[in-house]
Amino acid sequence: MSGSKDIAILGVGMHPWGKWGKHFVEYGVVAARAALADAGVHWREVQFVSGAATIRNGYPGQVAGATFAQALGWQGAQVNTSYAACASGSQALAAARSKILSGECEVALVIGSDTTPKGFLKPQPGDRPDDPDWVRFRIGITNPTYFALYAQRRIQMYGDTPADFALVKVKNAEHGFTNPNARYRKKFSAEEVAASAVVADPLRLMDICAVSDGAAAIIVSSLEYAKKIGKAKAPRIAAISTVTPTFASALVEMPDIATDSAVAVPAQSFRAALPRKAYEEAGIGPKDVSLAEVYDLSTALELDWIEDLQLCERGDAAKLLRAGDTRIGGRIPVNTSGGLACFGEAVPAQALAQVCELTWQLRGQAGERQISNAKVGITANQGLFGHGSSVIVKA
Amino acid sequence: MSEPFLPGWFTLDDKAPQLLGSRCTSCGTYYFPKLAAGFCRNPDCNGEVFEEAPLSRRGRLWSFTNAAYQPPEPYPQVEKDRFQPFAIAAVELEQEKMIVLGQVVAGTGVESLKAGMAMELVLEPLSDGKLVWKWKPTK
Ligand SMILES: [Zn+2]
Repeated sequence: MSGSKDIAILGVGMHPWGKWGKHFVEYGVVAARAALADAGVHWREVQFVSGAATIRNGYPGQVAGATFAQALGWQGAQVNTSYAACASGSQALAAARSKILSGECEVALVIGSDTTPKGFLKPQPGDRPDDPDWVRFRIGITNPTYFALYAQRRIQMYGDTPADFALVKVKNAEHGFTNPNARYRKKFSAEEVAASAVVADPLRLMDICAVSDGAAAIIVSSLEYAKKIGKAKAPRIAAISTVTPTFASALVEMPDIATDSAVAVPAQSFRAALPRKAYEEAGIGPKDVSLAEVYDLSTALELDWIEDLQLCERGDAAKLLRAGDTRIGGRIPVNTSGGLACFGEAVPAQALAQVCELTWQLRGQAGERQISNAKVGITANQGLFGHGSSVIVKA
Repeated sequence: MSEPFLPGWFTLDDKAPQLLGSRCTSCGTYYFPKLAAGFCRNPDCNGEVFEEAPLSRRGRLWSFTNAAYQPPEPYPQVEKDRFQPFAIAAVELEQEKMIVLGQVVAGTGVESLKAGMAMELVLEPLSDGKLVWKWKPTK
């Protein structure tokens, strides 16, 4: 059975993250062409285009697949569009994998791209008690509140300190410093992080990630196709987990103001469930992992993810960090790309960007970010509305 | 006494206010805010009948933070230089086995908070005079 559910990653490509002010389709085409060139596959060979939807730009969610196919030149491929918040890219990847494994297509383009909105979206006027976003803003609970509550919980439970969180930023800034696709390529000292303004105690401005423009694309195929074009040794996708949470929620998640009640069934961690399913699907465990790309919406959240991925015991992530284990060159490098700290979040592209980084690392093409002996990489992310993903790529 | 920011979300008892949630009559699961649609979210429960459930007034502090900047609308706005940062608490209710967020009473900053502290529910007005629930450290 080994390998029977794997698909090959033939090519990856990105449009650099930034705030370029262009249309998201432009970024997507740049990323797609880069991925096609990297794969050595002609666009006409692509039989399925799986797009991660952008919810912005006045195109609410349904346009990605066909829009990119048209921009690349309609050639009769089948299309699909996936929306799953931050996990949209992974869900688009899962759609491509299903097509390939069912034999409906041999080679597919998976693509996600986004442009940041101009200015702040103004909420609708009037009382809207049925809208959890309206309720929480009405009582003063903003997005950083949630990340700060998780961060403070680490301080209270495990003795983490704001200096640990700053160290995550310093590490990721060093990692992303030479990444040509990163938006922020500047090293920071712990003092600089500590000097940035407190947004939501204990988190400061530099502990929280920004939003960016950017695009990522991946060409995937059946193992037979990869072999046919001389890429039998291409990295493989061994698992794509996109499970929902299991009731009852253990954490208050944005935009809610309360958890589920766990009187009837026990509380469950959503974040921990995502990689658990991925490990199960790939038939490997945390000990097999060489590197991880995790969703560091805040610095402290990177530490939570390290524990959710079971790369250490619960509560020990800061110890790993302090020991340098999660740096490039360390025992288990985390966010070698620089993570969201250096990229900023481009929602439909971000989960794919994580897979791009793993691919470059497993191929030994990560330049100055290259880690040694990379065999297995894992991603993890979580977004709104019960969406999240974890993807395992193996050499 | 002044008006609540939303009617029906908490009792207006100024000594011992309570959040008003709902409770599934089949499995006992609590909901706050009250469940809008009439189906229990417990995957093992087909309950469709809910009763109003005043929630525990006291709980343990699970975690906390603050708003160092004024939140955007619909948070009632004051002049920028009049804005006072406020603390926010996540409080675990033992009986309901759930965590509920809320502001901490004015004048209590994050420096005086610690996980595990006993907290109780009180009502305080926001800057527009409308009442909201807040958490207050207690014995
Ligand atoms: Zn029920």
